[in-house]
Amino acid sequence: MNRKALEKIKNDTIKLDPDLFEKKVKTHEKEIRVVLQNCDIIDPENINHYIVNNGYFGIHNAVTSMSQEDVIKEVIDSGLRGRGGGGFPTGKKWNFAYKNENETKYIICNADEGDPGAFMDRSILEKDPHSVLEGMMIAGYAIGAQTGFIYVRAEYPLAAQRLQIAIDAAREINILGENIFDSGFNFDIEIRLGAGAFVCGEETALIASIEGYRGMARNKPPYPASNGLYGKPTIINNVETLANIAQIILKGSKWFRSFGTEASPGTKVFALAGKIKNAGLIEVPMGITLGEIINDIGHGVSNKRKFKAVLTGGPSGGCLTEAHLNEKVDFDNLVALGSMMGSGGMIVLDDHDCMVDIAKFFLDFSVDESCGKCTPCREGTIQLYKILEKITNGTGTKEDLDKLYTLSKAIKRTSLCGLGLTAPNPVLSTLEYFYDEYLAHVVDKKCPSSTCKELINEYIITDDCIGCTICAKRCPVDCISGERKELHIIDQEACIKCGECFASCNFDAIITL
Amino acid sequence: MEEYVNRTQLQEFENNVINLYRDKQSPLMQILQESQKLYGCVPFEVQNLISNELNISTAKINGVVSFYSMFSLVPSGKHIIGVCTGTACHVKGAQRLVSRVEDALDTHYGETTEDGQFTLAHTRCVGDCSKGAVVMIDDKMHSKVTSDNILDILEPYRKQ
Ligand SMILES: Cc1cc2nc3c(=O)[nH]c(=O)nc-3n(C[C@H](O)[C@H](O)[C@H](O)COP(=O)(O)O)c2cc1C
Ligand code: SF4
Ligand code: SF4
Ligand code: SF4
Ligand code: FES
Repeated sequence: MNRKALEKIKNDTIKLDPDLFEKKVKTHEKEIRVVLQNCDIIDPENINHYIVNNGYFGIHNAVTSMSQEDVIKEVIDSGLRGRGGGGFPTGKKWNFAYKNENETKYIICNADEGDPGAFMDRSILEKDPHSVLEGMMIAGYAIGAQTGFIYVRAEYPLAAQRLQIAIDAAREINILGENIFDSGFNFDIEIRLGAGAFVCGEETALIASIEGYRGMARNKPPYPASNGLYGKPTIINNVETLANIAQIILKGSKWFRSFGTEASPGTKVFALAGKIKNAGLIEVPMGITLGEIINDIGHGVSNKRKFKAVLTGGPSGGCLTEAHLNEKVDFDNLVALGSMMGSGGMIVLDDHDCMVDIAKFFLDFSVDESCGKCTPCREGTIQLYKILEKITNGTGTKEDLDKLYTLSKAIKRTSLCGLGLTAPNPVLSTLEYFYDEYLAHVVDKKCPSSTCKELINEYIITDDCIGCTICAKRCPVDCISGERKELHIIDQEACIKCGECFASCNFDAIITL
Repeated sequence: MEEYVNRTQLQEFENNVINLYRDKQSPLMQILQESQKLYGCVPFEVQNLISNELNISTAKINGVVSFYSMFSLVPSGKHIIGVCTGTACHVKGAQRLVSRVEDALDTHYGETTEDGQFTLAHTRCVGDCSKGAVVMIDDKMHSKVTSDNILDILEPYRKQ
């Protein structure tokens, strides 16, 4: 394979399908597609489609006309920061691994996408797998690695399948393999499947998992860049991080910096979900305001509800509120606001969502997923969960709120890996912005958003009922009666307080006491 | 102890799976995944076989099996129902869906029905979050599921 052959594939494919890139994906005017440029346009199982849009010209240019240092410098200059959550400068990380001399080094693509409620990486892997492979190859060339692994979470079988097809196709035309573009550079990629452990998204746990052990994290340093997979220098990058690389090499760091902010250049893909009208995947320049994302692109919350908060950073993050709609979304600002960028999940909540319940939900997750190696995380998250459970079932006290705070701080100080270090964040963030709601639970024994079942005595249908009959159809015990277009009524004796009717009424006609 | 994988199957497993991965670096996870895929579990008889063949202690193998939620010691039901309880689906009422399914099938989250027809599996995000609530049944993804249609969606699987 050489440049000429690559050009030929490109031209032949375009002749076959001249309209390929005329297809337009509907996006909002504030969106910019860099990482998602090929998604929903090309056939992900056809390598030629990827090549049409200058695919594999990046690795070609790197290995034929750039030194390893040149590549690293370009990535450093681009200011690209890791999209897996931490935001560590990618080029700088590569430089560590490059400087660690060793005959064997590894590149790992972190495709574990653990944040429950986020699907950016899944979309990239399924819709443009070659962009990730090319990013890994360039990373491999830069640091001097010959082998790459993609660690895909087990819940994404289609992603793994598409990746395998992509790898086979690239091998077939000798883009992966030995002596790539006659440069002497060898590189190959293998897929490894996860087995359902969130902590395996943490890099040292991920390495343990590939090595065939329980996915337990270990102390850092040493960092994987010096001592990683099988003790060798290893670079672990997120899917989206890697999907940016080929374009940076092809179009230059300056081009990349034309999007985003000084400290957070480029774009970011977000997955909008929850109570938002226009849910789905978006790609926007860093530094866009939260309000532009939620209201302009996402069209605000659904139905007649009121926007309450948006969760970012998943179980490691926090919430942002109405007061933050004018804030810029970038790595550093979100941390300053007590949340974090995370991998890009944004779950929108409305006034029917209880913040204490959300904190409890995340702690339940962290308890489940803690690997159990260190006490603050293993025991501490259980204690946090128990206190939150007390608060939501009406037996919590004001002292419990102080306990939540001190215990959270202690877990954050003493845990060994990122899971424990960040697990209390949802508690701290909701305490900070929704303290009143916590107080309502422990003092008035009320859940202001009518979520916590133990704090609800009765569901009542008010005069606002227009008789649409939806609630009656939903009620699992058939205890709602009423004629169409007439006021409905709940038989309190039979009601099992499941909340179905409350959630189903589009007219705010049902209240709780 | 009940055995889930018979002698012939074990022999096949050795020939087709263990021999395939035997000389690879760190083959354990991949072999366990094959067992889970083939038999719906990684029972002790398979763990013993792997232990003998690869010279890894059963303690280590069982430690790995018990760590990862995808591996189980006993086979799951004929159909696996995964009501997603990820964050996005949680705020879209996943908890109410779980209750509905538990009542309809007379089982609990994480358990298998007595007739072995269904397992109500722990499921955290299957990656279709903007179309919540999402319910996976076997390999099929059902999106925008509500209390209205969940039982209808289940119905066809009751008989097959
Ligand atoms: C508990 C935990 C879970 C994580 N899960 C993921 C994940 O699912 N995907 C990911 O890319 N990074 C995840 N990370 C971050 C990785 O450890 C690592 O920092 C990242 O993959 C580095 O890639 P980047 O520099 O390209 O962002 C997780 C970290 C922790 C502490
Ligand atoms: S912080 Fe939690 S997940 Fe991380 S090592 Fe400790 S117990 Fe394991
Ligand atoms: S859903 Fe609301 S409006 Fe419709 S019948 Fe029930 S209470 Fe009345
Ligand atoms: S709370 Fe549940 S049981 Fe009670 S009326 Fe509403 S739907 Fe029926
Ligand atoms: S949260 Fe349910 S599919 Fe992601």
